[in-house]
Amino acid sequence: MIVKTHNRKMNILKTDFKKNKYIYLMVSIVVAWYIIFAYIPMYGVIIAFKDFNPGRGILNSPWVGLDHFKSFFIDPNFRRVITNTFLINIYDILWGFPAPIILALLMNEVRSKIFKKTVQNLTYLPFFISIVVVCGIIIDFTSTNGLINQLLSHFGVEKTNLLANKDLFRTIFVGSGIWQGIGWGSIIYLAALTNIDQQQYEAATIDGAGRWKQLLHITLPGISSTIMILLILRMGSIMSVGFEKIILLYNPLTYDTADVISSYVYRRGLLNADYSYSTAIGLLNSLINFFFLIGANWLSKKYSENSLW
Amino acid sequence: MQHEGILLKPLGFTWKGYSLVLNNPNISIGYYNTVYYVVVGTLISMIFTCFGGYALSRKGVLFSKYILILITITMFFSGGLIPFYLLVKDLGIYDTRWAIILPSAISTWNLIIMRTSFMQIPESLEESAKMDGANDFTVLFRIILPLSMPIIAVMVLFYGVAMWNSWFNAAIFLRDRSTFPLQLILREILIQNDKGSMLQVQNGISGQAEDMYRALIQYSTIVIATLPILVAYPFLQKYFVKGIMVGSLKG
Repeated sequence: MIVKTHNRKMNILKTDFKKNKYIYLMVSIVVAWYIIFAYIPMYGVIIAFKDFNPGRGILNSPWVGLDHFKSFFIDPNFRRVITNTFLINIYDILWGFPAPIILALLMNEVRSKIFKKTVQNLTYLPFFISIVVVCGIIIDFTSTNGLINQLLSHFGVEKTNLLANKDLFRTIFVGSGIWQGIGWGSIIYLAALTNIDQQQYEAATIDGAGRWKQLLHITLPGISSTIMILLILRMGSIMSVGFEKIILLYNPLTYDTADVISSYVYRRGLLNADYSYSTAIGLLNSLINFFFLIGANWLSKKYSENSLW
Repeated sequence: MQHEGILLKPLGFTWKGYSLVLNNPNISIGYYNTVYYVVVGTLISMIFTCFGGYALSRKGVLFSKYILILITITMFFSGGLIPFYLLVKDLGIYDTRWAIILPSAISTWNLIIMRTSFMQIPESLEESAKMDGANDFTVLFRIILPLSMPIIAVMVLFYGVAMWNSWFNAAIFLRDRSTFPLQLILREILIQNDKGSMLQVQNGISGQAEDMYRALIQYSTIVIATLPILVAYPFLQKYFVKGIMVGSLKG
């Protein structure tokens, strides 16, 4: 009996493989890519618990347990990179998260189609400019003889290199991020806005509600679930800042406010070749992010109907 | 360049910066390499993404549920920078063009968008083609892809722009200057302010003139490096928007 069902299963498998052989060929190429480029690096994370030596390989390097994590906690840079990562994200959530929502709401009130299209096209554009060029422009604008200093000098402000001033780094970083992402980020809200039932506005107008009242009682509630979902996703990366822009803009003068976890991982890991230590920091960082994501999702589920899963 | 004060009054007009930039072998080699990476990389990305999207959108394929989970997990977890770097070294593709093309070949987000779009094509089309003896490759290339041109355009643009703009993988994996993409040369010129990359020897400019030309060269380089995107942008913009909409439907 068991043999029989086993045979039947094998037969089903066989005919399936025959029928779908090209599909399995396609799938296996894709799965092979994922195993090599996504899952082998995940396995490679175990070097965070080892004293990795490239000559000996991952398997033969000795285990050290949580030593790398412990030394990160007493690392003199520990406080600095944690604080900076956290603060840059907080500023970005405070200023950068509402910006595309406000732009979308403003665009929603615009009646002229040509004006709307022009503004949309102009605000999407920076998203496609490469980060190297964006940082090049930032460096040029903030330099001692750059645009910003020339403007400020008319008001009697002394010319200085703004990027060498550590008090300004976060402002420049978050501000330029808003400039680059505001238009692209607004697309999703504009889409949500088109799903609001237009009859509600008509009814509100008849009831004598003005623009502000309509905005507060129809428009905002209409896109609130989109806002919540995006906020949950944003919270899930509250302890991560992409290193690409940081390492293009920072310099030793501004490390105090600019050095974040990912840029520290890059410096220690790739420039100093402390492979195990920096992998441990990176792993810790992803764990913290994961808990923030779960936490934000849990809170949102509890207090509203929106959640990711 | 060294002028003070009035911002809105141009000092004059000159093509000198462009001629310096266009005659700079660093830029032309970088341009060639970037075009190569964009064309080859996008082609490989599209093949992988179409294969994955098609295979996972068909009904009745064994394990497809598990494979989808396997793929989705990678959107939330990754090995991080260092294990990724060590992998590329171990694979033996370090300092080759493959190090730029292969590790970024599939974007999971794009793959899922592709699958969603393929799933909306009615199955009856595929069944009748199979009755006529077509295999899955024929179905994919003759029926599914021609019906999905808008989403194909979106994916080509997403992969193409991402490759055009990428610099970090090249910065950590490439040592041989003849394989450097444009963005890496740009970093030397714009960020590191590297005189050697900006001006090649035989141009007869030296000393103070060199400092004067530096800003000019930087601006001209920005324009030349961004021009293809600026020119293509108005025509492609509607596709980009369509792409993010397809993604948000599922997301």
